[in-house]
Formats: sequence, C-alpha cells, structure tokens
Amino acid sequence: MSDNRINQPILWTQALTKQVNTGDQQLTILQDIELQVNPGEAVAIIGASGSGKSTLLGLLAGLDLPTSGKVHLDTVDIFSLDEDSRAALRGRVLGFVFQSFQLLPALTAIENVMLPLELAATGNAETTARRLLERVGLGQRLHHYPKQLSGGEQQRVAIARAFATDPKLLLADEPTGNLDSATGVQIIDLMFELNREHGTTLVLVTHDEALSRRCARQIRLADGRLVR
Amino acid sequence: MNHFKLSLRMLHRDWRAGELNVLLLALIIAVSGIATVGFFADRVESALARESNQLLGADLLVISSQPLPEQYADEAQRLGLSVSSLTKLASMISNGDSNLLTEIKSVTEGYPLRGRVHLANQSAQASATQAEIREADGIPQLGAIWVDEKAMTRLDLKVGDVVDVGVTQLTVTELVVREPDHSVGFINMGPRAMINAADLEKTGLIQEGSRVAYQLLIAGEPHAVQQFRDWAKPQLTKAQRMEGIRDARPEIKAALERSEKFLSLAALASVVLAAAAIALAVRRFTQRHLDGCAVMRSLGASQRQLFYLYVYYFVALGVIASSIGCLLGFAAQQILTHWLTGLVETELPWPNWLPAVQGLLVGMVLLLGFALPPVLNLRSVPALRVLRRDIGLSNAHSIAGYLLGLAALSLLFIWKAQDLKLGLYIVMGFIAAIAIFGGLGWLLIRLLSSLRHQAGGAWRYGLASIRRRAVSSVLQAVALGLGLMALLVLTLIQDDLIDDWHTSLPPDAPNHFLVNIQADQLQPLQEFFQQHALEPPQMHPMVRGRLIKINGKEVSAEDYADDLHAERHIRREFNLTWADELGSDNQVVQGAWWENGTQKAELSIEEGIAKTIRVKLGDELTYDIAGSHFSAKITSMRKIDWDTFRVNFFVVVPPGLLENYPASYITSFYVPPTEIHRVHELVKAFPNILVVDVATVINQVQQMIQQVSQAIEFVFVFTLLAGFAVLYAAIAATQDERIYEAAIFRALGARREQLSRAWAAEFVILGGLSGLFASAGASALGYVIGKHVLHLNYTFNPWIWAVGVSIGVAGVLIAGLLGTRSALSSPPLLTLRKIG
Repeated sequence: MSDNRINQPILWTQALTKQVNTGDQQLTILQDIELQVNPGEAVAIIGASGSGKSTLLGLLAGLDLPTSGKVHLDTVDIFSLDEDSRAALRGRVLGFVFQSFQLLPALTAIENVMLPLELAATGNAETTARRLLERVGLGQRLHHYPKQLSGGEQQRVAIARAFATDPKLLLADEPTGNLDSATGVQIIDLMFELNREHGTTLVLVTHDEALSRRCARQIRLADGRLVR
Repeated sequence: MNHFKLSLRMLHRDWRAGELNVLLLALIIAVSGIATVGFFADRVESALARESNQLLGADLLVISSQPLPEQYADEAQRLGLSVSSLTKLASMISNGDSNLLTEIKSVTEGYPLRGRVHLANQSAQASATQAEIREADGIPQLGAIWVDEKAMTRLDLKVGDVVDVGVTQLTVTELVVREPDHSVGFINMGPRAMINAADLEKTGLIQEGSRVAYQLLIAGEPHAVQQFRDWAKPQLTKAQRMEGIRDARPEIKAALERSEKFLSLAALASVVLAAAAIALAVRRFTQRHLDGCAVMRSLGASQRQLFYLYVYYFVALGVIASSIGCLLGFAAQQILTHWLTGLVETELPWPNWLPAVQGLLVGMVLLLGFALPPVLNLRSVPALRVLRRDIGLSNAHSIAGYLLGLAALSLLFIWKAQDLKLGLYIVMGFIAAIAIFGGLGWLLIRLLSSLRHQAGGAWRYGLASIRRRAVSSVLQAVALGLGLMALLVLTLIQDDLIDDWHTSLPPDAPNHFLVNIQADQLQPLQEFFQQHALEPPQMHPMVRGRLIKINGKEVSAEDYADDLHAERHIRREFNLTWADELGSDNQVVQGAWWENGTQKAELSIEEGIAKTIRVKLGDELTYDIAGSHFSAKITSMRKIDWDTFRVNFFVVVPPGLLENYPASYITSFYVPPTEIHRVHELVKAFPNILVVDVATVINQVQQMIQQVSQAIEFVFVFTLLAGFAVLYAAIAATQDERIYEAAIFRALGARREQLSRAWAAEFVILGGLSGLFASAGASALGYVIGKHVLHLNYTFNPWIWAVGVSIGVAGVLIAGLLGTRSALSSPPLLTLRKIG
C-alpha cells in the first residue's frame, strides 16, 4: 500500500441514486448519497425500516447497480467494472457479516471459513481458518455443520469467515438482527475486537441506536437521503 | 485455485448431507435400468439366436453348387470356429424292386454343429411316444444309412435291411425322426436319408452335371462368426451364398427382430423416464444451491470459477452414479438370469461389456444434457441475493437449458435405438408431446384456476397452489405425463406384440403340410379327416409354371446372373394358385384385389418376390404351364405375414383362369401330439401325398415367443422402477416450498386435514392432467410405433384413457400424500426457523 493511498478514503460515493419502477410509478429509494469513509474508521449507517439502508449496503458492495452516481472502493470506480471484476474486487477488499449469517449448510464451520480463501486461491487456507475459529472461540466446533450450531455460534463462524481474507473494509448488515440481546452484545464485542486487531475499516448497517453509538461516526438515513 | 479439488469436496459434502438423493436415485435407476436391459437383452438375444440356429444346424452356412474351396474352412478354423461339411443330392434308393427318389445328405464328423439329430426305434412309428426318441451320438458309420420315416414306409424297410444307393450298398441302421436343417425351407419335402461323407464317393452318384448342393457349416462365438461373414462376403462367387437363420426363415427373422426392437424400446423408455426425473430433480438442486452461489459471488467467486466448479462437480457425479448404476445393473441382470433359469434351454452366454459402456454414456449424457445446463445458470445468480432472498434466476434460462438436454437425448435415442426410423419416431413423438403437453398444460391450468372461485374449500386452495407454481406445475405435469406415456406405450405395444404372436401362432397352428394332393383325392381326404375326428383343412389348388416372359420379353436365368436369389427363382417353377378372397394373413400394399367373378387376366404377387425378379404393378407375366402359355397383368402386390405358418403363395390369380391346367392341391393342418399316428395312417392311405412335418419349427418359434414374452415382462419391471423415480422427483421438487407453506398455514391455525385436503386436491389435478396427457400421447405414439416400426395390427384401446387418468391420479395422490407427510407433522416454528 503506497503512502498517498493511506490518506485517501477507502470508500466514497458520488451522487449515488437508486430508483425502481413499480408499475407506472418511479420510486426513489436512495437520492444523491454523498458519503466518505476513511481507512480505520468505524461508521454506522442507521435508519428506520424501509429507509434504504440495505439498498445502500448492496450498492457499496457492488452487489447491485445504481440508477446513477458512483462508488469508489479502494480507489476503484466499481461500476466501471464488469460483474466478474467486481466479484474479484470484493474477494480482495471486502468482508461481509449478514443478518441471516449466510453460511453454506453443506459445509462445516472450518470449510465455511476456508471458502473465500479457496476462491481467492490463497495457500494454507486451513491453517488460517483454524486460527480464526479458535480466535472466535469455536476451536472445539471446527467440524460442526451450521445446523448443529446455535445462532450466536453461526454468527461467530460468519465473522471468522469475514476476516479470513484480511479485508480492508468490513460490511455488516444488522449482524445482531437474528440474535437475542445478550448474544448480540457478545457478537458485537467480538466484531469490534477483531476489527481493531486487523485494523479493518467498518461500515455497520443497523436500526439499533445503542449499537450505532459504538461506532465513532453515525450516518442517518431517512427516506433515501442522508440526514446529518 | 484447484477447482477440481474444491468441486470434489463440494460433491462429497452435498452427498453426505443428502442434497443429491433425488438426482442420484434418478440417475442410478436410469443407468441400472438401461444396463440391466442391455446386459439381459444381450444375453437373451445371443441365446435365442443360438437356439434358433439349431434349426439351421449351424450359426452360418456357406452354400454352393460346386465343391467349396478349402479357403472357407481354413479361415473359419483360423478364427476359432467349428466347421463341418455336408453334401446334398437327390438320388434313387432301392430296396429290391422298390425305388424311391430320396434326398441324400452326406455329413462329416461334427454334424450338426447346432441342435441334434433325433433317432427312434422302428416301433416308434406305431406309437411315436417321446420316450422312444433319443439323440444321435455322432453321424452314420461307414457303410450305414439313416433314413426317415417316409423312406422307411415307402420302401417298406426295417433296421438291418440293405439298400442300393448308386453303385454301393448300405445298411439301414437308424430311423431319423428329426434333423436340424430339415425344417429350414420347404423346398425339400421328399423322403430323406443320411450317410457318412466317406461313403459318398463309393456311391458314384456325383457325376458331371448332377445337381449337388455343397454346404459348409460354421458355428462359434457370434463375434467370430460375424468376422467370418465379413471376410467371406467379398470372396463369394456367383455359385456361392451364405445363409444365417435370419436369411433362411422369414418368420424367425421377423420374431427375433421385433423382440430386439421391443427390448431396445423398453430401454429407451427408461431413458425418457430418467430424463424426466433428472429434469425435475435438477430444479430442486438449483433452488437449493442459489444461496450458496450468491454467497460465493459475494465472497469474490467469478462466473468462470463457478462454471468450472459445477462442470467438474457434475462430471464426477455422473461418473460415480453411472458406475454404481452399471454395477447394480450387472448384479440385477445376474439375479434375473438366475431367477429365470430355464428361460432358455441353453446356458446363457456371458454378456459382453458393451451395455456397461452404453449405461455409462447414457448416464453422462442424461446428467450433462439435462442437469448441467440449468445448473450452469447458477453462475449468473445475482450476488444481491445475499441481502434480498426474493431475488432468483429467471425461468428463461432453464427452458434454454432443457432444450440442450433434449437435443442430447435425441442423439442418444437415435444411437440407442440403432434404428434411425425408430429413433426419429420416438424423438419426434416426445418433442411433439412436450410442446403439446406444455402448451395444453399452461392453458388448462389457467382455465382451471379461473374456475377456482366456483370451487369448494380444498379445491380452491389446490387450484390456487397450482396456479401460483404454474411453471413448476406445468413442468411436473409434463414430466409425469411423459413418464406415464412411456409406460403406457410400452404396455400397449407389449400386449399387442405378444397377442400378435399368439394369434399368428396359436397352440393349434398348422404343424403339418400335405403336398401333391390330386383332384380325385380331395373327397377321400376330407372323409379321412372326418372319420378321425380331425378338422378338415382348406385345400389350396397349386399349378406349377415357369416364368418365361415379362411384358412380352423373354426372360432367362442369365438375365439375373448378378443375383443368385433371383436366378434361382427364374430357374425353378413357381407355384401358382387361384383364390377369390384375400388370405387373412395377406395384405394388399399396392394396387387392389380383384372383384368377385372377374374374368380379366389379373394376378397378385408378393412384394418381396416382385422386387427380386424386378417387376412392378401393371407388368404382364407369362408362365409356361405344362407346355402352354398363361399370361396375366399384375394388379396388386401383397405383403404376407410369414409368422403364421399357413399355406401362402407368391402368385395368386382369380378363379376361372387356371382350372384347365393340371393342378395338385396343398394344405396345412394341426395334429395334436397324441394323434400323430393319424399322420402315419394318412401316409399309408395316400402314398403319393407328401407330408411335411413342421412341428419342430413351430415348437421352436412358440418356445422363443414364450421366452421373449417373459423377458419383456421382466424388463418392464425396471421401466416401472424408473417411473417411480420420476414420481419421487416430481414430489420432491416442490417439497421445500410445501414445507414452508405448511408452516405458514399451520401457524395461521390451519388444521392438518385442511392442509392435506388442499394438497390432495392439487395432486389429483396434477395427476389427472398428466394421466390425460399420457393417454393421448400413448395412443398416438403407440399407433405410430406399432404400425410403422414393429408392423403390428395396432388396435386403439379406449380403456387407455380410463387407465391412464386413474393411474396418474392414484400415483400422484398416493406418492404426494406420502411425500408430504413429514411437512405436515413437523412443528411450524421449527420449519420457519430452518427455512428463514
């Protein structure tokens, strides 16, 4: 990583807009979003249900296409790339933690964590996966299938998977949404610890005000617009 | 990344997790079905061929009017085949003052290579019980002659008598009851005798110009026999020809070829069923892998990576499942063979490996053609699905995928049918069926669901579900319809085929022919039959004439020098007959049969012989009958069903044209084995009449039909199993959706029985639709295949509709309710959590 990059934002958007057609009406979900996230920052995007949080997250990760506007991820204009190049960029730069965990049911815990490493053809995937699972406290459950794990344990596997490729940016979508509050707190603690250890930038999408306050900066979204 | 390793790991994980159950089951049943049919048919076919070769005395004959050069026997021996030779000629045998023109056959060691010569004590003539008949152990010794019953009777011989044969004398040592090649062809109907080849020269019967047939008998491994055939074909001179059983007996040829076609049809039906099952199973597979692919896309997997991942995955799956299928098929076939011991008298030859290769290939083509294309669409699943589960794949992709599978299947059919016509009929039939079923299904589902507001509770929900899952429902109805159609077509044709054989060759099919009956014997002969409580047979007049002119132009054997078969016909005399009505086993294929009472000089000719002597409708044929000329125009061509063993003529004319020419009569009749002594009495009472015993041939053919019918029924079991796989796959295809639906319904307070009634309504509609499709398709396809491929008198069976719809409804309903039982009984919260 060169010096001048360190001072550049890891993620910034330009007039990001998303509209969808519902019959003959056009519905604006996001309107002219201007957003900048610097390396090492922890940013919470908060808003009520239907405010466009998840749509924004999908666009930031290049999982969806905007109606207009740009997203720069690690200095790359992601919508100038084709779908495959965006996938490769995601594999290199991004880590995900989802509300519904999104573990592959046919894979064991360790195999789930190994998956992004194998896709990126990284050597010693198994060692890395094992180390990470031990780090999240699942050293004894490496060969368990998702359905044999509790919700909290599944989310720990998902967090280990998110950090497996040592991403620059971690995107978390309501990571405690499917967990009870005590487990939720533990998961969030774990995520912030790992975030610090790895020096990862964090963008967290939530409707939970308390959770959002754990991030250094909060960005509020209402009716598809940023509210400062 | 090592995609292959990752694919194998994924495959292993999915396998372990039971994700592949439906796909695996469909594939394994299909491949094992095909392999079983393949292995079994292969063995039965070669056993049947070998058994029918007993009628010929060998697997293959090389026949010549000149002594055969050594090279034929040398080459056969070089290929590891057994050989023996035989010389046939007609000559007088004398016992004191009585002389008899007899066909003398001189044989060498080893004769016959297939089948046995059966001998009897002289006393057997009186009672002819089976017990006194025994198999010959070798050939006549030097100085000995074995004679048949006709020679025995007419020359008034007994064992130990000495007869004059040419310039030598031979001692009668045995009475021949049956010999393998006797019944092949009806040319030789006179008395017969057999001597050792080493005595032939001593008789001095072979002179310049004497009519002698030299035969080389060959038998052994089918492959080596074929090799010999291929080698010998270009070596044959005009005077030489080759004959296998198929060349010699049209009725056996027809029966064998039909059963072969039918067995390959049965194998094809299981391919169709497997394709339907796989197409259904793969839908569930892709649904279940959508999330995984979306996650992998979000984790950075490229489309190319996913492409290779699934290609390797399916190739590995195909190889493993097909291998298991082949092994199971081999085992099943071994059990089947063991179970059917006695099905064929001879030991079944070991099957060759070709069916295994076929099974493997079929499995791969099915899987790669039907499963891979829709699965490969997974690579384009939007990664956004990780955030929004409602995003999936468009249906357009899977339809294009199935088209590719269909193309692969068509190629497979044409190859597997080994008959372009049959393959094309089936492919076109199925393509038309898919298009029509699909279109009709769509329309019917729309129509039915528009009626749902008039329907009661359960029906309304059932119709609503079908409408909501319209694409799935149409696909299920089409797949189930196709599967059921394949089963129905097979049942229809199987019944027709077996019925057709049984009616054409009933237990009382004629087993004796009487030839050379004189006009003044007709009345006494009728009386003889009545006296002995035998059904008096129908007499057919027969006038012998040599074909001398076609359209006024003289013909001679030399005109047909390039075709030995045709040349023989021109040299010989034709048997002409007259009749006012068309025989029941005859069918006019060109022109028209004459009107009753016609005075015109018309004639009807068998289409095969017409082709051989190169004549067509409208040609005028002139015959020389006892020195006078008779001319008539060809006004119709007939196809003769040779399976019936009734008296049939190549050439028939209307009554009133030939009555003034010298005629004899011919007939055929059935004599039960217990009444066989009547035949001996008949021979004594009418010494000039020739009796031809075809009981052996009839028995062989009847036995063969019995065996093939049994084999067909057993093979059908596998097709049926494949049908169950389709049913299983169809129910499993919507299982996930149903479990989820059940959870929501139950959470909303629906009682179990309300839910199961709604589903039952859905299954009844689905089953009814597929039954309807299947019946319509089976009637049409059965007609086409029966009529144009197997040449059967296909009868439309109205019951097929009732049967098809009932089986469809009952099958889908039972399987559906059994399959959804677990969805009904699991607690809703558990299900909702699992799915969410």
